[in-house]
Amino acid sequence: MRVIAALSGGVDSSVAAARMVDAGHEVVGVHLALARSKSTGGRSRGCCTIDDARDARRVADMLGIPFYVWDFSAEFAEDVIGDFLAEYEAGRTPNPCLRCNEKIKFKAVLDRALALDFDAVATGHYARVLDGPDGPELHRAVDEAKDQSYVLAVIDQHQLAHCLFPLGDTVKDEVRNEARERGLRTASKPDSHDICFIPDGKTADFLVDRIGQRPGRIVDSASGAELGEHRGTFTVTIGQRRGLDLRTPGEDGRPRYVVDVDQSTDTVYVGSADQLDVVALDADHVIWIGPGLSGDWREVTAQVRAHHPGVPARARMVDAALQVELLEPVRGLATGQSVVLYDGPRALGSGRISATGRVGDAAAV
Amino acid sequence: MAGSAKRRAFVDHAATAPLLAPAREAWLAASESVGNPSSLHTSGRRARRIVEEARESIADDLGTRPSAIVFTSGGTESDNLAVKGLFWAGRRRLGIDAPTVVSSSIEHHAVLDPVEWLVKHEGAAAYWLDVDSRARVRTDDLAGFLSENAERTALVTVMWANNEVGTVQPVAQIAQLCREYSVPFHTDAVQALGQLPMDLSEVGATAVTISGHKIGGPVGTGALIIDPYTTVEPVAHGGGQEREIRSGTLDAAGAAALAAAVHYAVEQQGEHARHLASLQSALVEGIRREVPDAIINGAEPDDSITHGERLPGNVHVSIPGAEGDALLMLLDAAGVDCSTGSACTAGIPEPSHVLLAMGVDERTARSSLRFSFGRTSTMDDVQAVVEALPGVVERARRAGSVSASVHTSVGAAAGRAD
Repeated sequence: MRVIAALSGGVDSSVAAARMVDAGHEVVGVHLALARSKSTGGRSRGCCTIDDARDARRVADMLGIPFYVWDFSAEFAEDVIGDFLAEYEAGRTPNPCLRCNEKIKFKAVLDRALALDFDAVATGHYARVLDGPDGPELHRAVDEAKDQSYVLAVIDQHQLAHCLFPLGDTVKDEVRNEARERGLRTASKPDSHDICFIPDGKTADFLVDRIGQRPGRIVDSASGAELGEHRGTFTVTIGQRRGLDLRTPGEDGRPRYVVDVDQSTDTVYVGSADQLDVVALDADHVIWIGPGLSGDWREVTAQVRAHHPGVPARARMVDAALQVELLEPVRGLATGQSVVLYDGPRALGSGRISATGRVGDAAAV
Repeated sequence: MAGSAKRRAFVDHAATAPLLAPAREAWLAASESVGNPSSLHTSGRRARRIVEEARESIADDLGTRPSAIVFTSGGTESDNLAVKGLFWAGRRRLGIDAPTVVSSSIEHHAVLDPVEWLVKHEGAAAYWLDVDSRARVRTDDLAGFLSENAERTALVTVMWANNEVGTVQPVAQIAQLCREYSVPFHTDAVQALGQLPMDLSEVGATAVTISGHKIGGPVGTGALIIDPYTTVEPVAHGGGQEREIRSGTLDAAGAAALAAAVHYAVEQQGEHARHLASLQSALVEGIRREVPDAIINGAEPDDSITHGERLPGNVHVSIPGAEGDALLMLLDAAGVDCSTGSACTAGIPEPSHVLLAMGVDERTARSSLRFSFGRTSTMDDVQAVVEALPGVVERARRAGSVSASVHTSVGAAAGRAD
């Protein structure tokens, strides 16, 4: 096969590309230029620093494969960063990695690769593509701690048929060892955890810089007492505890969390943890990896964050919306987050949470 | 990918040229000698002799005097030294704080960026000369400007031949105009040397940039050839070598190799140009045959020898509906090394400022490729390009239709290779 190996400059994509070469494919390495910012300097964080681009190039050199940089910074600015800002501004909590996978890596990049007569795009994601009766299926990685099927559950079967995840059956430690054995310079690079376009990790500052300050009050949801101020409702997330800078401790001494946000009055409500338990949700922007759910309830596992074990749930479609009942409550769930439904290890599809229902709040869904 | 095993068609000589045997031999011979050319002892004098013989050789070949030759590390350094050095000297000579630098909108970044730096940091004013649709500077624009502004103009800098589309500039006319108004004139002759006749005594420019590696010398060698009676402020201060214009230990081996490459380039120029022109017309003909709607940019190719308006080794083409970056990648896979010709920094390609200045729209500018021939080029290279092109163009056009705004570059943080 003719394969585009997406080289981020990290250890995972390096080993994935090496395995593609070993498998006898005709491999071309491509590094994606996503951000135009030079602010990250020499630090190797995220997926768009100068160090990473250099490491990616050197890995391609060592593997003896051609190497190019594909500039998707315009698409990334619009579809990922623009969407990120718009979602926060609208009071939702987006996941930019899912959006990037949906719009850039497995859409724009894949389309370009196919048009240039390549057969597939290989990445260093931890997930597996398995053949099923209805076509390719997306499954969790063997290394459950590193499993990334959650962030990949935005690609449909047509796209999945052209995706290769060579690390899906390997645990991370082995990947690092393999990189070391292969002499790849990326072997000891740290994992990236942050949002790549916010390398300092200060998301609230990033948002305030771009959206502007919209200060308001932080209020105790039970007493109505004013406890502090915020720079904009978009700087806080449902379930957030740290960084609220509340003036007075809670009366009962227990930690307080953001439990609600009222954009119309720029008010943030805080309360106790038990107020955060979500038992039902609606989702839109639904993408199925295969036939998908019907109007009948189906037993599934629902995962709502990248690092969330998933809870038993039942789900069905109501018109174009996905309706999910969580059989175990999930704490601190915000609209805009994605829910991914699993049948065992298989990811069925995803949706973007449009509404949540809490305990004793049955009317919400 | 396919193509790595078979012979590659290297059609990117304007980026860098293979090292010439005489240059390599001169370098190796000179590298045997120990001694800093500025040292006073016997070893130092021996090294110095190598440098001075190289200086004389280059002066003889180019029709200038040895004292005009200032050895540098290459084109970029020479351009910076000329533009900044003549600006600072001009500011003092003219007695005004913010004199003007006159340049053209199609210069190489080694001239463009120093001019813009002077504007930003030194209060310079810039006047950018218009070019026509073939990228030729309009001398009437310069004449008009100088007739009113000569007394506040620090220098005029216009390249001898453009590195992207190969258009040869009317440097003798420009030099004549500048002499009439007593304004220093610098020209970047990096691409012109070896392809065009070059007798500096006839042209009469104040300062001329040449580079070693574009003519088969080593990378890291070059010179600024500057009239010894013109004041130029140094950019790098230090030991005061090269008439205190360019400090730094003299590179005897580099100077010897540069001299060998210049000698070869000048001696062989006529024959070389005819050889290049034959390849050029064959490639243009092949492109027009295989891709009828391709646009050949710049001056008419067959003008190369008769009118001298285009470098004989340059073919620059826009292919509507295809992205230059996709074309480059596909040609690379097919065993052809060429260039998009556009400036590409840190992986982010921009449409060529040269093409935009010529009035080409942005989309067409992004669909361009530059092929450049040199010493080792043959008809086999032309054939390889012509054979690969139809399939590559078809594929790139298909890719272009799915991602109209996406661009491939030859490398992040790679800098520009033009």
